[in-house]
Amino acid sequence: MKPPPFDHHAPRDLGAALAALAEAGARGKVLAGGQSLIPMLNMRLAAPEHLIDINGVAELDTLEAGPAGVTVGALARHSRVERSAEAAEAQPLLGQALRLVAHPAIRNRGTVVGSLVHADPAAELPAVLALLGGSVRLARAGAAPRDVPAAEFFTGPMESAVRPGELAVSAFFPAPPPRSGTAFREVARRHGDYALAGVAALVALDDDLRVAQARVACVGVGPVPLVLDVTEESAGDDWAAAARAVRERAEPEDDIHATAGYRRHLAGVLAEQALREAALEGRANA
Amino acid sequence: MTTKLFGEPVQRREDPRLLTGQGRYLDDLGSGALAAAFVRSPHAHARIRDIDVSGALDVDGLVAIYTWEDLPPRVAEPLPLLIPHPALTHGRTAYPLARDTVRHVGEPVVMVVARDRYLAEDACALIRVDYEPLKPVVGVEEALVGAHRVHEDVPGNVGAHLVQEVPSARGRTAAEEIEAAPHSLSFRLDIERSASMPLEGRGVYARWDPDDRSLRVYSSTQTSTSVRMALAAKLGLPLPSVEVIAPDVGGGFGVKIVHPWPEEVLIPWAAMLLDREIKWTEDRREHFVSSAHERGQVQHVKVGFDDEGRVLGLDVTILHDHGAYTPYGIIVPIVTATQLLGPYKIGAYRVEFSSIYTNTVQVTPYRGAGRPQGVFCMERTMDRIAAYLGLDRTAVRAANFIQPEEFPYDQGMMFQDGRPLIYDSGNYPESLRMLKELIGWDSFEERRAAAAAEGRRIGIGIGCYVEGTGVGPYEGGHVQITSDGRVHVSTGLTSQGQGHETVFAQIAATELGVPIERVSVVTGDTRRFGYAVGTFASRAAVMSGNAIALACRKVREKALRIAADALEADPADLEIDDGIVHVAGTPTASIPLATVAVLANPLRYAFDEEARRATQFTGTAALDRPPVAEGQEPGLEGRDYYSPVRSTFASGMHAAIVETDPGTAEIKILRYAVVHDCGKLINPMIVEGQIHGGVAQGVGGALYERMVYDSHGQLLNASFMDFLMPYATEVPRIETAHLETPSPLNPLGIKGAGEAGVIPVPAVIASAIEDAEGIPITRMPISPSELHELRLRRPPG
Ligand SMILES: Cc1cc2nc3c(=O)[nH]c(=O)nc-3n(C[C@H](O)[C@H](O)[C@H](O)COP(=O)(O)OP(=O)(O)OC[C@H]3O[C@@H](n4cnc5c(N)ncnc54)[C@H](O)[C@@H]3O)c2cc1C
Repeated sequence: MKPPPFDHHAPRDLGAALAALAEAGARGKVLAGGQSLIPMLNMRLAAPEHLIDINGVAELDTLEAGPAGVTVGALARHSRVERSAEAAEAQPLLGQALRLVAHPAIRNRGTVVGSLVHADPAAELPAVLALLGGSVRLARAGAAPRDVPAAEFFTGPMESAVRPGELAVSAFFPAPPPRSGTAFREVARRHGDYALAGVAALVALDDDLRVAQARVACVGVGPVPLVLDVTEESAGDDWAAAARAVRERAEPEDDIHATAGYRRHLAGVLAEQALREAALEGRANA
Repeated sequence: MTTKLFGEPVQRREDPRLLTGQGRYLDDLGSGALAAAFVRSPHAHARIRDIDVSGALDVDGLVAIYTWEDLPPRVAEPLPLLIPHPALTHGRTAYPLARDTVRHVGEPVVMVVARDRYLAEDACALIRVDYEPLKPVVGVEEALVGAHRVHEDVPGNVGAHLVQEVPSARGRTAAEEIEAAPHSLSFRLDIERSASMPLEGRGVYARWDPDDRSLRVYSSTQTSTSVRMALAAKLGLPLPSVEVIAPDVGGGFGVKIVHPWPEEVLIPWAAMLLDREIKWTEDRREHFVSSAHERGQVQHVKVGFDDEGRVLGLDVTILHDHGAYTPYGIIVPIVTATQLLGPYKIGAYRVEFSSIYTNTVQVTPYRGAGRPQGVFCMERTMDRIAAYLGLDRTAVRAANFIQPEEFPYDQGMMFQDGRPLIYDSGNYPESLRMLKELIGWDSFEERRAAAAAEGRRIGIGIGCYVEGTGVGPYEGGHVQITSDGRVHVSTGLTSQGQGHETVFAQIAATELGVPIERVSVVTGDTRRFGYAVGTFASRAAVMSGNAIALACRKVREKALRIAADALEADPADLEIDDGIVHVAGTPTASIPLATVAVLANPLRYAFDEEARRATQFTGTAALDRPPVAEGQEPGLEGRDYYSPVRSTFASGMHAAIVETDPGTAEIKILRYAVVHDCGKLINPMIVEGQIHGGVAQGVGGALYERMVYDSHGQLLNASFMDFLMPYATEVPRIETAHLETPSPLNPLGIKGAGEAGVIPVPAVIASAIEDAEGIPITRMPISPSELHELRLRRPPG
């Protein structure tokens, strides 16, 4: 479990990082928190010739929260975002999800943007981005950055829209609509493990506190986060009907930890719980 | 009083070292050594057609590449079959490097030595092995069909087959008793594979001294003395020229008692050949596929019983998955077959097992060593009987208990040490009473009702076991008091963090009357003690503890004799306190043990102030006697051995309350209670720590751990990402009560405690889940997904 040889690049600013990435092209990989990449290198599942280590690029270590939402720079660690009161205020779902990501030691190192790029189908943050309709900003040397909306960003299991030579510089998580609440529910085999299934929910209410919008994003039940609009089914707080809809539309697969049937069942149970909790929070916020 | 430490919860003396990163584990040694890495088989079963190393030859820093063809005759032989048994008619062991066939994924095929491990792995990646895949055999039932063979010359893949029959008091067989019984049941049970999974994997570091022509080997082993003998034999070296040292070892749990491992032979051999220091440190991926697993069994049970639930006849057939090889013989299924009986006297017993080869990693003991499976079988049986008769589960157990006045109790079988299965002592009714009180067994129905009112589902479970511990043949202890007053204790068996440095020091301090701070303990270093068996079978405290006590008694006797001379007193009037020998009742008439040590070694040369007192012109010596009296030896030291007639039998009972989520099918342990009896406690805190660790591993076996092999013999979860060991967050708080029924078999009255905690846990958790859900639980471990599927299949009503 030792990685094959690679060249380590340690740029100190964004320009140098982009230049190194451009030069390495398909033979290069970005090293952020390393919590996913280093194990893959050690097991020789990935063998990039160049590692562009962005840990010295201070200008990427940013976290901005405002009325529009939260922008997380590529070097902001999970733990920083998790503990930020401003981020929690601007978009509570981020903190709700981050508490479920791995363990404190891993959150101290792993990055939010790295997690999005890594695009594990069981990861929490891709679901958050997808549910909120956020986006990821990609930069490359000599070109204008492009913003990729969540719906186009996750292209398959462990696959994202980042192209060789590109660096994800930040991710934008929009603020929730007024009179709304969010929740994240999941079942993992052990505390901090990737979820067997999980559901992020957002419920927005109208002036009469009736459900105006109910949406969920499910993890672990498909190749990419499954975003479903269940506003219709949720009318009159019929969360059981919404859960049925989720169950019917989820397309999980068997693996060594759980059957597809169990995952489908879980998606329903968790959707019902998450929607109910989000609605409760929404009414409290109204 | 500083010296009477036996029985006290003395803080672990090894902890400051081990918990602050000061431990010296295998990989902390030999920083300048060359590194070895292995090309291992990617196939479960294949013939090796050709090995092409040419691609690796250009790797900068490469030193050597070896295949089986390169090995000298003794090294090239199959590894030893450590514990032969007449029933093991087809025992097979692996070659250190595969000769022509590989029989499981992970089997070593080529060894590479290079400047560092990175380069060694780079070279491995460039070696091409041409395999002709053969049909893999996976799963005991498929193996028994025998369509394909793991070993060409083992028909039906059956390595061993053993039937043991114990007739009832009225001379009937189990079959007859079951037939005649008022009630009978039969069912099947399944237990998955797991593994020891020590935090530190295996590792070997060898240094050849060409001037001395001597070999020093450090190995992360549970038996350094036996590795030494194996190496001397394999490498053709005189035994005195080989030293084997177990440094700090980061856990063993059984897997490191197996020896010599391929790497344990190959690394020293290559170090001699190349005249270079070489080290190999097993990585986690290697550990999953090239060490050992355990647990996997299928059991078919038939039981006959009366209206009270007394077992009249029990018939168990066990299919034991032995993996590809049997280096440790059939100890695991023997232990299952014998320890299955637990604290019960049952009418007639018949047990049959087949040890079956499959194209998977070999099976050797892992903490519990066959007992968790046996206890699962017996305790599931007890619960079945209770459910069938509508009786309380504890009442059925109590009806079958051996009673306190029935000890020694002969179970009528042969145990794993080849000696009769005779329980030495125990008090099972009292254990059960204590456990019921601890967990609140009798008031549980109220608790269940209260939970149900909140929409929650809870259940309670119980499991009992008896553990044969402290198996022979022997261990020894050496104790030396030096002229600085320090006490040096050594024993040949090894430590893996259990707390031996503490408990052996407690024993020595108590026996010798010295402060524990002056006692140091060395284990597993053949330079200090050459005769030993090893650490396994919950035996270290019983075996080495008693040997050290006996050695201390010899030293004490000698010290008193020398002190009596110096004080002109009768040895019978002397006491030792705080390291000072004094005449009872006359504290001023005293002499420190340090001085006694000086006097014990008559000297010619005064190399320091202390030594002056023992030189020849001091005028203290009696001139009519030789300086060293006849039959005596110089020095204040003693050596003794403890060799028991048979094992001593510890016991325990566990109970748990679990909650199962009606929606998500998650399983949570709310409470976990243990009553434990390991005879006299040397250190109750350390015993509790051992129980906690054991229960944690038991929780793994009950709810998380399995080795997922696919039909091609590929291990699908060979990493800590997918092989789920419980974290601290998954292990409940453990409530413990001790019962002390001393063993009559040894001077200290102690029984082993090392494995105890793990043994009944799967049975207890199954019992509790079954109670919560009302669904028979017949497999371990059980996941939420499986519980969900069981719920769907539950027969209506
Ligand atoms: C034991 C364990 C448990 C875990 N459990 C969870 C869990 O429950 N939920 C969860 O979501 N995650 C979990 N993780 C993963 C963790 O969240 C990782 O930190 C995260 O997936 C990747 O972030 P990173 O910064 O460590 O990325 P790295 O490991 O450095 O990189 C991951 C991948 O993303 C690429 N990359 C990273 N940053 C950029 C960038 N800015 N631009 C372009 N490419 C980039 C890398 O090249 C690499 O391919 C777990 C990890 C471990 C070790």
